[in-house]
Amino acid sequence: MFFRTAWLVLKKDAAIEAKSWEVLTTTLFFAVSCVLIFAFAFVKEGRAVEDAAAGILWIAIAFSGTLALGRTFERERYSETLRALLLAPAPRAALYVGKLLGMLALLGLAELLLVPLIALLFQATLFARPLLLVALLAGGTIGFCAVGTLFAAMLVRARSRDVLLPILLYPIIIPVIIAGVRGTTALLGATPDEPTAIMWIGVLGAFDVVFVTLSLWTFEPLMTE
Amino acid sequence: MKDRVDFDSVQIFDVSRHFGRRRALANVSLAARAGDIVGLLGPNGAGKSTLITMLATLATPSKGEIRYGNETASRLGPSLRTRIGLLAHELHLYPELSARQNLRFFAELYGLDARAPVDDALESAGLADRGDEAVSTFSRGMRQRLALERSLLHAPRLVLLDEPFTGLDDRAVGLISDRLRRLAAAGTIVLLATHDLDLADGLVTRVALIRDGRLLLDEPASPGLRARYRARIGAH
Repeated sequence: MFFRTAWLVLKKDAAIEAKSWEVLTTTLFFAVSCVLIFAFAFVKEGRAVEDAAAGILWIAIAFSGTLALGRTFERERYSETLRALLLAPAPRAALYVGKLLGMLALLGLAELLLVPLIALLFQATLFARPLLLVALLAGGTIGFCAVGTLFAAMLVRARSRDVLLPILLYPIIIPVIIAGVRGTTALLGATPDEPTAIMWIGVLGAFDVVFVTLSLWTFEPLMTE
Repeated sequence: MKDRVDFDSVQIFDVSRHFGRRRALANVSLAARAGDIVGLLGPNGAGKSTLITMLATLATPSKGEIRYGNETASRLGPSLRTRIGLLAHELHLYPELSARQNLRFFAELYGLDARAPVDDALESAGLADRGDEAVSTFSRGMRQRLALERSLLHAPRLVLLDEPFTGLDDRAVGLISDRLRRLAAAGTIVLLATHDLDLADGLVTRVALIRDGRLLLDEPASPGLRARYRARIGAH
């Protein structure tokens, strides 16, 4: 019942998105806009500021992810469908997992667009070690979405949710962003520093285990008034 | 459906609920049995919605206990929710999806084989010919009927309705009232929170009056509801 419920929530969100394209288009548009603005600031006469690409990649992921989190749960606020989901006869953490998987898919699509765009605009060698880059992105995105999904669900009925979400989220996910930036920076340059990148992947993995476990554990009590 | 639980009564024992320093309910005790349509009456802010929310397991009492049959919600676990249907102020429908997609999603969420119950629900809501249209194109009455059928898809034993007649015309009110009578006759426990005394009169079989979080009256329904309400709560 747990995984079936998570799958149903994911499928339902995909069906709504297929009708409106609202969250996907706004997220991708915002992510690309973010990168373009940084490109105007940091690329002079065709030469990018050294090592800026890693930071810009993770800032674009964090900003567009925050936007997507807000929009995804706005959908459950209208008509209070989150309450109907909470009435489903499955452990309530299954709803969290369904939403988390949706966010991961959404940010995965954004990253598919962001990585080649940043590599092109900033002449960054992001594809030198593709598997390590994928592992860094996966680890960082899971950590970001694990905390973000929990906070977005908690704030769904709060009046100032759009302001509160980044204020609450960013201090917690700073370690994830730092690990992502450091790990990605290690992959840039003429000779990628694989051991350093692998170390940061390990750190991200540890964050993910902690954040996902805590979120699964706290979701039900936090969502029960 | 696996782990199907059942009960023939709901008992609320000395339940209080606080939100910070604000008291929403104080020492409320109430019982409802299979076949009852209990009218939870009271002015705005009386605590009716809080009680419904706790009965739906979406909130926990600060004090006291709610028993479904002989068990509490914490003992019965998530399977209790297979026997609870809720229609609240908001309709719990996704406007972008069609009526059929909404019903199918919720049917699957309750572990039902979706096709037959969804078709039956569309028929009961009078929307069989509009099932593939987006809910956002429906009138308030059509949405309300659809929302009621959504809350009844899984044949709940306990049906909780919070102001189900808001914004409906006489025909829609009549259809929903008839549906509630049929449910009660089939052994469902119906709790209906409303401040529309004219609609409650003649529909409910028990009356519970609540004001300022306190239960003022709990008795079998009888004619003259408005006069008794006025005597206990004031002009309405």
